[in-house]
Amino acid sequence: MRAAIVVFPGSNRDGDVARALRLAGAEVVKVWHTETSLPDGTDLAVLPGGFSYGDYLRCGAIAGRAGAMDAVRAHAARGGLVIGICNGFQILCESGLLPGVLMRNVDRRFICHRQMLRVERADTRFTSAYAKGQVIDVCVAHGEGNYFADADTIARLEGEGRVAFRYSDADGNLTVDANRNGSLNSIAGIYSEKLNVLGMMPHPENFVEGLVGGTDGRGLFESLAA
Amino acid sequence: MKARIIVTLKTGVLDPQGKAIEAALSSFGISGVEGVRQGKVFDVEIADTDAASAETTLKSACEKLLANTVVENYEIEIV
Repeated sequence: MRAAIVVFPGSNRDGDVARALRLAGAEVVKVWHTETSLPDGTDLAVLPGGFSYGDYLRCGAIAGRAGAMDAVRAHAARGGLVIGICNGFQILCESGLLPGVLMRNVDRRFICHRQMLRVERADTRFTSAYAKGQVIDVCVAHGEGNYFADADTIARLEGEGRVAFRYSDADGNLTVDANRNGSLNSIAGIYSEKLNVLGMMPHPENFVEGLVGGTDGRGLFESLAA
Repeated sequence: MKARIIVTLKTGVLDPQGKAIEAALSSFGISGVEGVRQGKVFDVEIADTDAASAETTLKSACEKLLANTVVENYEIEIV
């Protein structure tokens, strides 16, 4: 597995995701946002968390149109794998690679806490190390994670099984309390039509080592590196 | 030539900031405000002197970057 992490001005979780990928056995390179192509043999393009361009205009809006995103789009069109985490998810939505938009959290607060997620399917390249319906303990840290799309788009995502993760309680129930940012249908992450692009607000890369509180995030990177 | 672009949230899209401002106005004793929606204004200077072609340029600026048309509308005023 060769992973290319695209770094924008203001990205700040590139080091953490690189570490998580390396622990899972992947080979990792970083790519500056002005590059117009990804390194040869790239299997996975990664858009890390952070505050690209200071969240100016809208979160992910400027990064979504950066030169390197054309390369990411071409990689995705060839069937290559792409993952965007947190700001990376916002960038994927702004770039048009995933539908919808991440709006301001419903209670207007920046939220930063441990978060249970329900894995909606385990038959994708991102989740094969998990079981369908498994509840995993990861983290969230965002001010704009409130997933919104029009009713037709939501119906299509649900109908095509493109919801990757939902905010849940420890038993996998989708409660209002578990969905702190107010996302429609408790959506925490979605796939593209061909299931090769994943965008998610929570941070699986935070929990890959017991020393820092949990290891439930490992499954995602192990699935990718498998 | 100068232009003003106004970007607003579409009807029905939740606006937590607008809601907070609405609540703040009421707490400051400004009564009678029944709703606030927050938007953005961009004052743009363009080299073009032809209004029609300037509008085409600005429309593409809105579609490509300034507005996210999933949740936002935009208006262009040549001033």
